[in-house]
This record gives sequence, structure tokens and C-alpha cells, in this order.
Amino acid sequence: MVTFTVEDHDGNRQTVEAPDDMGLSLMEVLKASEYPVLATCGGMALCATCHVEILEGEDALGEATDVELDQLENLPEYFPTSRLACQVRISPLLEGAVIKLRGEDN
Amino acid sequence: MISTDICIIGAGPVGLFAVFEAGLLKMRCHLVDYLPQVGGQLSEIYPQKPIYDIPGYPEIKAQELVDNLMEQIKPFQPTFTLGERVEHLNKQADGSYIVVTNENTQIHAKVIVIAGGLGVFEPRKPALEKLDHFEGKGVAYMVKNPETFRNKKVVLAGGGDSALDWTIYLANVAERVTLVHRNETFRGAPDSAAKVFDLANNGKIDLILSANLKELGGNGKLSSVTLEGKNKEEIVIDADYLIPLFGLSPKLGPIADWGLSIDKNAIEVDTRDYSTGVERIYAIGDINTYPGKLKLILCGFHEAAIMMHSAFKYVYPDQKLSFKYTTVNGVNAF
Ligand SMILES: Cc1cc2nc3c(=O)[nH]c(=O)nc-3n(C[C@H](O)[C@H](O)[C@H](O)COP(=O)(O)OP(=O)(O)OC[C@H]3O[C@@H](n4cnc5c(N)ncnc54)[C@H](O)[C@@H]3O)c2cc1C
Ligand code: FES
Repeated sequence: MVTFTVEDHDGNRQTVEAPDDMGLSLMEVLKASEYPVLATCGGMALCATCHVEILEGEDALGEATDVELDQLENLPEYFPTSRLACQVRISPLLEGAVIKLRGEDN
Repeated sequence: MISTDICIIGAGPVGLFAVFEAGLLKMRCHLVDYLPQVGGQLSEIYPQKPIYDIPGYPEIKAQELVDNLMEQIKPFQPTFTLGERVEHLNKQADGSYIVVTNENTQIHAKVIVIAGGLGVFEPRKPALEKLDHFEGKGVAYMVKNPETFRNKKVVLAGGGDSALDWTIYLANVAERVTLVHRNETFRGAPDSAAKVFDLANNGKIDLILSANLKELGGNGKLSSVTLEGKNKEEIVIDADYLIPLFGLSPKLGPIADWGLSIDKNAIEVDTRDYSTGVERIYAIGDINTYPGKLKLILCGFHEAAIMMHSAFKYVYPDQKLSFKYTTVNGVNAF
């Protein structure tokens, strides 16, 4: 299990625990935890509605991939530490990270 | 006013196939979609992706499926209003409806079919003060008619394919085109990116890279756009129009206000005929919900067939409908 912190659109922070051996994406865990993430494309890096910002722990996660940057760069607003939650795998690298929701809900 | 038997709100795959099912029963359709093209999610989000679960097609590209659907419904001569959003459904004394769009197009229909998918694909808007103040007064999110921009000063913002494509197109139409992009490079189609750099090198357009939109200026109507450049310097550009192109995102939109029973952004329906509970209004495809609902194209097609058989009674109140296979009569064009 890994433990990280999620900050919602209103700035409330909550700790989330997730299994790191099931190949889940951060988007799937956020949705399962009832966070308002649209994820229109279901995790294909096509919609950017699962946009998150890694406030702490981004060094461990490394750089966004080209596919992610393709989508992120098209948003009206993105940050140096922006990621697509559907492209971030749940792994021990996420331990202690702080993740801010940036994407759209409905 | 446009007059038809059935008004279909949403020209995604399910709305399109519904035209076929209506046509078999000799009912005419008019479709309305806020997107400038038909195809819904397939054409907007994943046109080049292969789909594997359409019966009879081991694999088919999303756009190809949409093109095939258009071919399949051609005999039934559907009519379209594209680039407009349905805002209101006004019930008439005889039970029929007048559908009204944001541009005040009016469609009179005996039956309404909501095939609205995930809702309206709305443009993503930059966080700029007074943005809404200038909407329709210089700020546009879509190029519906390029002629609007003839001999005008146009600023486009964004780095995706549509920003590149419209920059290239409008370079020959507008007085001056400025493209603003926050990065140094473009990830859109390499061909289009090369063309844009060419146009800039030949002085045909202004290309401002590593810059962000900062402020809008003008009195009642847009007259300037202020950017923040790489070193935080301000760049002011004279502009009649600003077209931010940051992609689209689906929002339930006006559908939420039509008094239908909505659960988690979807319309609750009766699975016997996919009716909404309001007489003459049906909901099919991704926009509806019922126990066991699967958001699949296939399921939307099934729903379209069943709902059209139910709608028949409103279009032909004096006739009794008997079920026939298409193999019996073939497809009889209008
Ligand atoms: C990346 C991706 C991959 C997918 N892969 C598959 C797959 O392999 N197989 C499969 O079966 N399904 C797949 N789907 C799901 C499939 O795309 C949907 O089930 C299908 O598009 C639903 O069709 P629809 O016609 O109901 O709605 P949509 O395709 O969403 O179309 C609805 C249309 O209604 C319009 N609209 C909404 N409200 C209004 C209004 N008020 N006024 C005017 N217009 C309005 C919208 O602009 C939109 O064009 C996938 C979806 C995505 C995003
Ligand atoms: S879910 Fe669509 S980009 Fe992540």
C-alpha cells in the first residue's frame, strides 16, 4: 500500500491509501475514492479532464511523458508539475506525495 | 421554422443511427448538435482510434464508423443544424414541441429524442478577467464562418491542431493573424507546425511563443489583447477578435434544466421504450441511465430501435405498427 494526500478543488486535504501491486492508475484511484474527476476518455490520455498537479513528490515521479504533454499543453492553464492522473501508475514512488486536483468535473 | 417528425438533440453515433430506425418507420428527422461536425465523441475525441466491439466489424476506426452511419442514413434525407446548442424545449397545446437553439433556430417536432451523450462539448476557457464581457463582442471559441474574420485583426491562442489549422486558414482571410502559444514548440501535426513557422518567417503572420494571455482591452467591443512574454514583459496587440482554442470538455449544459429526472448527469428512462417520463421525450445513448446501463455504442443503437417503435404512435396516431425485418421490404428511401 502507498499513502498520499489529495487536495480537492476547495483546498481540503485528505489522505488516500491505495494498493501498489494492481497496476491501477492514479485516475482510477481518485474516481474510486469518489473524487469528482470526469475522465471522459477512460484513461487514454485523450481528454485531459484528469489533470492533477503534483504539489510534493514530483521529483520522485519524474517527467511527464510526451503523450501527457500533448494533452496538457492544450489546456488554458497548466503548471510545470502538471500530470494526467490516468498516466500516473500507483507505485511506491507516490508515497508521501501531495496531489492537487486541477481537472474538470461535471 | 424547421418542421419535422422527430427532432434529435445530438448527432453522435446514437443520434445518427436513430435516423435510420426512424426512417424505416417513415418518420423524418432533424438533428441538432453544438459541435460543428457530426459524430459526437467519436469525431471529437478519438477519430483515429480503432473500435473493436461493433458487430460485423472486427475493427473499425471511429471516424469511419461515423462516415458509414452518414452513408446508411442518406436515403432518409435527415436535415441538420450544426454549431448550435439546444437551449429550450417549448411544449405546444397539441403535445408537440418547438426546440429552440442558442441562435434562436426553431424546430417544430412531434417527438424529441435526446441523444446528448456526455452533454455539450464546451470550449475550455482561459482564466481572464472580463472574458465573459467580451464573449460575442470579439471573443469567439469556434470558427463557424471564416468570413466573419475577413480583413480583421485576429489573435489565436493555443498549440493544438485546431489552433494551427485555423492560423493557416485565416492567414489568407484576416488582415493580420497573431498566434500565441505558451511553449517554444508545437505538438500538433508536424506538417501544420512547419507551415505555421513558414508563414511566420515570411512575415505572413505574427507568431508569439512562450507567452500567455493576460488581459483583454476594449470599450464594449474587444480592441486589444495583452500577453505576458517569456521574461514577464507585457506585449499589447491590437485585436478585433480573440479565438482561444484550448480544446473542448463535455458539460451537461441546458439538458439539466428541462425538468427531466436526472441522476449523476444522466437522464433516467423506462427501459421498455427509453421514454423519459415526460410524454414525447425520449433519451438514448450515453445520456440515459437505468439499472445495468452500459455506455456503449452498441447499447445506444439498440435503444434507438426500440424507442422509435414507441415514438411511432405520436407521428402516426391513426396507424397500427407491425414489426418487419429490413430484409422484407429493403430500405425505402424518402
Ligand atoms: C476515448 C473513448 C473511447 C471509446 N471507445 C468505445 C468503444 O470502443 N466502444 C464503444 O461502444 N464505445 C466507446 N466509447 C463510448 C462511445 O463513444 C459512446 O458510448 C458514444 O459516443 C455515445 O454516443 P452518443 O451518440 O450517445 O453520444 P455522443 O457521442 O457523446 O454525442 C452526443 C452529442 O450531443 C451533443 N449535444 C449534447 N447536448 C446538446 C445540446 N443541448 N444541444 C446540441 N447538441 C448537444 C454533443 O455535442 C455531442 O456531439 C468510447 C468513448 C471514448 C471517449
Ligand atoms: S482520463 Fe482522459 S486524459 Fe486521463
